[in-house]
Amino acid sequence: MTRVFPVLTVILAIIALWYGAAVWLNSAWVYDQAQRSGASVGFWDMLGQTMGLKRPVLPAPHQVVMGLWDGITGQKITSKRSLVYHGWITLEATGLGFIIGTVAGLLLAVALVHNKALDMSFMPWAIASQTIPVLAIAPMVIVVLASLGVKGLLPKALIAAYLSFFPVLVGMVKGLRAPDAMQIDLLRTYGAPKAAMFWKLRLPSSMAYFFASLKVGVAAALVGTIVAELPAGAVAGLGARLLQGSYYGQTIQIWAALIAAACLAAVLVALVGLVERIVLKRMGLAR
Amino acid sequence: MSVLICAIVFWIAAIALNSFIAARWPERRWARYFVPALFGVTLLVLWEGIVRGFGVSQVILPAPSLIAERFAASTGVLWIDFRQTILKGALSGYIMGCAAAFVVAVLVDRSRFLERGLMPVGNFLAALPIVGIAPIFVMWFGFDWQSKAAVVIVTVFFPVLVNMVAGLKATDPLQRDLMRTYGASYMQTLVKMRLPAALPFLFNGLKIATTLALIGAIVAEFFGSPTRGMGFRISTAVGQLDMALVWSEITVAALAGTGFYGLIALVEKGLTFWHPSQRG
Repeated sequence: MTRVFPVLTVILAIIALWYGAAVWLNSAWVYDQAQRSGASVGFWDMLGQTMGLKRPVLPAPHQVVMGLWDGITGQKITSKRSLVYHGWITLEATGLGFIIGTVAGLLLAVALVHNKALDMSFMPWAIASQTIPVLAIAPMVIVVLASLGVKGLLPKALIAAYLSFFPVLVGMVKGLRAPDAMQIDLLRTYGAPKAAMFWKLRLPSSMAYFFASLKVGVAAALVGTIVAELPAGAVAGLGARLLQGSYYGQTIQIWAALIAAACLAAVLVALVGLVERIVLKRMGLAR
Repeated sequence: MSVLICAIVFWIAAIALNSFIAARWPERRWARYFVPALFGVTLLVLWEGIVRGFGVSQVILPAPSLIAERFAASTGVLWIDFRQTILKGALSGYIMGCAAAFVVAVLVDRSRFLERGLMPVGNFLAALPIVGIAPIFVMWFGFDWQSKAAVVIVTVFFPVLVNMVAGLKATDPLQRDLMRTYGASYMQTLVKMRLPAALPFLFNGLKIATTLALIGAIVAEFFGSPTRGMGFRISTAVGQLDMALVWSEITVAALAGTGFYGLIALVEKGLTFWHPSQRG
């Protein structure tokens, strides 16, 4: 209870602030409309109207929830207006990209740990590339791949993969180097071959780092997919919903897509956490 | 075709040289700079060789030499975009966002209730695709740099907050007891002991935020901007299939990102010279 109560208070405070802001930001439009039609609105009238505008500056929380509810259950899930449909398209690309990025990051990390020359030449660039806003490349990748005839899922997945690749690589290199010199020396005195060193010592000790980077990676993959859906007249996916909403001033649609993306991210991170707990338990590493 | 063969020969020679150096002098200072530099040059040479050798269309991948030419020819436009996106959008947002996070972190640290309530919400928000708020902020604050700065403020706020709150806890009980026996006030404890101890954590957050700031500023421009700025230029140049200009913009973004990160790392080195991670 001591843990839930403060969180609930903060969430309630945010919702209260949100309602207040919605009234404050939307009232100008209501007064403006009333003045144009020559009518005068009292305070309570204004309050009621700000809660139900079609294109509010800031939709009230219940409007967003209704938009979300309508988007999820109000349409057939194959409909173009269904958030389930758009969410699924985003999720597909995110998942595929996340898998590609994780596998590539893992393989490269193993190679780097075993090859000094590759490590010395590649690692500084890998770290420097984190300081580059890779998302800037997204529109170009989409257009170039489209001109090569590659469309649909794969280009988005590649951008997602690129974003989830580096957290996995950096985390795994750190994790595979985590065993200290004493442990490595011990295995050497046992005469353990390189493969045993890897499977029995390096891999188990890297698991904590691995899952920490997976959590970063899956969130990054989702951001990558959403941004990849922005350019080139994307028609489907949560990113496309955001862009269309911004074109047509459909604020409720933007907020619903945003909240849906947020929930998707939270669920994906929680899923990775679940897998982490199961795997660590099976490997006997859970504490 | 001879270009391609030359490039491949160069590649193999570079691999051999790098392996030799890595095996012979792995710990030398010059080797730590020379090996990655040669690797980078090799990538450029291979890129040039493949594009020229196979006659890849410029629309798909322009050669590095062509990009360099375009870069030199359009420095004026690149400077305008740099000023709009990096200096006005990213930098101003970065400074405001980090300052706000710093202040809130100190407040959160004072109140256990706020910490218990705000930190789970903050951790949750830090993991979300915050870039998605860009269309809303463009609608509220207009097309110019103010909306980009607002997006940047929100994106950098949570990582810095989370790190700073962790940092303010980084003193051990022995140190805190010592301050108490000195009869130090809250402010004295904060300024003389806890803020310095929190610096390594703060800089960790600040470094993460540099990248996020650039991403936020550029992506927000995809949702509408005046007729300048890096995000605007990238999306219009892609539409005109002017890939050399896009790559020039990416080069600017890369240089700016690395420079920004390097600057923060330099300040960190000066301020946290006593921390174990800065030794050796």
